[in-house]
Amino acid sequence: MNAEIRPIRTPAEQAFIAALDGLPASGDRLADLRLAAARSFAEHGLPHRRVEEWKYTDLRTLMREAVPVAGTAAVAEADARATLLRGVEARRIVVANGAVVPELSDLADLEAGLSVTTLAAATAAGDEVLSRIGGILPGRYDAALALNTALARDGVIVTVAPGAVIERPIHVAHVFAGASAAASYARSLVVVGAGAKLTYAESFEGPEAMAYQANSATEFTVGDDAHLDVVRLQEEGTGAFHLSTLLFDVGRQAQVHAFSFGIGAAVARTSLYATLSGESSHVGFNGATLLKGRQHADSTLLVDHQVPGCESRELFKTVLDDQTRGVFQGKIIVRQAAQKTDGRMMSRALVLGDEAEMDNKPELEIFADDVQCGHGATCGAIDDDLLFYLRARGIPHKEAQSLLVQAFVGEAIETVEHDGLREALVERAEAWLKARA
Amino acid sequence: MPAVQETVDQVRSLDVDQYKYGFFTEIESEKAPKGLTEDTVRFISAKKDEPEWMLEWRLEAFRRWQTMPEPNWARVSYPPIDYQELYYYSAPKRKEALSIDDIDPEILATYEKLGIPLRERDALLGIQSGGSKVAVDAVFDSVSVATTFKEELSKAGVIFMPISEAVREYPELVRQYLGSVVPVTDNYFATLNSAVFSDGSFVYVPKGVRCPMELSTYFRINERNTGQFERTLIIADEGAYVSYLEGCTAPQRDENQLHAAVVELVALADAEIKYSTVQNWYPGDKDGKGGIYNFVTKRGDCRGDRSKISWTQVETGSAITWKYPSCILRGDNSQGEFYSIAISNGYQQVDSGTKMIHLGKNTSSRIISKGIAAGHSDNTYRGLVTAHRKATGARNFTNCDSLLIGDKCGAHTVPYIESKNSSAQFEHEATTSKISEDQLFYCRQRGLDPEEATALIVNGFVKDVLQQLPMEFAVEAQKLIAVSLEGSVG
Repeated sequence: MNAEIRPIRTPAEQAFIAALDGLPASGDRLADLRLAAARSFAEHGLPHRRVEEWKYTDLRTLMREAVPVAGTAAVAEADARATLLRGVEARRIVVANGAVVPELSDLADLEAGLSVTTLAAATAAGDEVLSRIGGILPGRYDAALALNTALARDGVIVTVAPGAVIERPIHVAHVFAGASAAASYARSLVVVGAGAKLTYAESFEGPEAMAYQANSATEFTVGDDAHLDVVRLQEEGTGAFHLSTLLFDVGRQAQVHAFSFGIGAAVARTSLYATLSGESSHVGFNGATLLKGRQHADSTLLVDHQVPGCESRELFKTVLDDQTRGVFQGKIIVRQAAQKTDGRMMSRALVLGDEAEMDNKPELEIFADDVQCGHGATCGAIDDDLLFYLRARGIPHKEAQSLLVQAFVGEAIETVEHDGLREALVERAEAWLKARA
Repeated sequence: MPAVQETVDQVRSLDVDQYKYGFFTEIESEKAPKGLTEDTVRFISAKKDEPEWMLEWRLEAFRRWQTMPEPNWARVSYPPIDYQELYYYSAPKRKEALSIDDIDPEILATYEKLGIPLRERDALLGIQSGGSKVAVDAVFDSVSVATTFKEELSKAGVIFMPISEAVREYPELVRQYLGSVVPVTDNYFATLNSAVFSDGSFVYVPKGVRCPMELSTYFRINERNTGQFERTLIIADEGAYVSYLEGCTAPQRDENQLHAAVVELVALADAEIKYSTVQNWYPGDKDGKGGIYNFVTKRGDCRGDRSKISWTQVETGSAITWKYPSCILRGDNSQGEFYSIAISNGYQQVDSGTKMIHLGKNTSSRIISKGIAAGHSDNTYRGLVTAHRKATGARNFTNCDSLLIGDKCGAHTVPYIESKNSSAQFEHEATTSKISEDQLFYCRQRGLDPEEATALIVNGFVKDVLQQLPMEFAVEAQKLIAVSLEGSVG
């Protein structure tokens, strides 16, 4: 109710504002974009619990410390740190501390129709593709994205020409390397041309017990009839602060599936914004989060149906152990023009820890009358009947629990189409359960 | 899928243009000077002959209110209200009526026209035509004009009287409970109400007593530019039961009128309170001109173990509805229920829902909300279900459906579901097909298709509660229930 009261800037906010002060006054489009983002951050600052979209993840309180922007990582350390999804046959690109490491990245022998470059290289060359950066807007102020826009200097830019089918997945491995806590910013762009097909994976990791901050944002522009699969694995170190923003613009009859798997970080927030701007597209945004200790994870998404006949599906599973806190905020908007929309959103939470907390907020905003929309949210402990059934068959308590958790998470992981990636995620889930037992 | 024709017709027949209760009663009234100052508060308190503590209580609320900003988080928009342009007290000019025959015949006629019999003899005649006996407290603008069946109720030990009388006659009870559920500083409109409330009903049902008849209050705003600030306090002592009904109407006017009420319910151990509302304030005309701003704070406190509070609301009126009847489930094994049907048409805006706050062990709550939006209206369900650390075994089931008729209206759902302990079991759903698989299966086995079966189950379910309403409400309410749920969206 006191939202209009302007809070005093915290040390972290002041440090960010100071860091943003050094931006060049003007120049090209990208510089202007950065400046605008810096200005809006200076105006709004970090969101707190009175800001509806951050109600359950009070960045202002959680992000007390301001850490310096990370320097260049040592190649050997970055290489040693990038362990996730190594077993998956993919074109690997390593992004350490927000900068692409060419020595560790597979940028040669590109398939026909595929082009891969970096934001830094594109900026140096004045590449035309830069005009697409910042092309998809979330429609509301997002502090994480504003910081990313203002401070990111590198990232991966992938373009798939119309009609090209890229079988080999692209895997962008984000790592944090260094001896002391710092903040990294990576900005990526994926453009899938009309009728093209791509599988894009992202992984995030870093050292244990270090309060580093990783801020990543990726824009996906999906052309008409295109097909895009996105698979994300977030296993940041236990002290890390992870902020990521995904922005989608989906064309006519396109198919987009994104799966986010979160295990790591002390505090993680993933914001997904999808604009369905072409008729009859099909999108599926799914996720699974496994939490233990005192972790805090927030999945927030906004799916905006602007045109008729689109279908959206969201399924998010959260497993909460110990004193963790899970947040799911999903919002489906159906505009007046978006008749025949079919939108379904589901959030399920399995609470294992007595002191864990789950906050669900599935929202619908509907302005068209001929639609089918629904949402559901459940939250509870493991069903005693199911446990009893397994135990009656001689399975020990812990194991029975593990089996049920695995089945619970499995339903979401199964939506990943790529075999190798799906298996890798199942393996990570199993490892998590094993560590728990 | 779009709404079926039957539903469209049904909603149209309830259209804003067809408001039946829009007449105005020509009657001399006594008003407080326009505007709101400490003097207004003192004026009201003096009019009511209140003890010193009550005045202090009001003044404290008023001082607090002056420091509060008006809330803006609800999905409603309206031009700023000029609180100094309103009258905060208006009473028909006649000395307090000692018996029904002393009441101004104009007022009696008004209530008769509204279908509310204030003469016990008339009410008893109603029994023969099938209605049940209902005790009525009639509130006209700022004062209660009549309370029926007082004697019969007092034989059972039930206290049912205007709250202004209760302040004088049962000060210790009022003092103990007033503001204990909705604190003076709860929110902007509740605080305003605490400062200037003029009348409302007070109910106390003693230990182990099942209230022998339905209690009801009928609110009528008559005077121009007048805000109605009613305050209702219902206390069900251990093992008591009471069913309470509330109805409201207002004349048809071009300007907006403010209605900011506070309702507090207290259920002690093993007590049950059933609170039903048929809200039919003037909704404004078809262009959105006029209508009541209905900013209401209703909250029930299940203070004792095994207590139960059930809210039922049928919302068809008001230009703006801002209302969240809530339950604080404090006692172990206590239960809260919320059944709501909100229909908006024309330019009406509804932002309504409930809060179920689970504090005690093994508490359970159920929320069934149906929103129907037509015309240019906006209909929002906003609800909170929360289980605190110690609320082990808390359970909630929520089902909120909304239906849009036409493409100029909006339906929104904003549920907050917060679980802070592992044994809480929360389910929230927005599909009509999932109500009870068993019941569905049973109906389908008998040849009903899923839609018919669902409608049957939901209607049967809601009807259960609505059939308990007295005749004059039931007719209206049942008409609304007849609205098909076909084509619902979450």
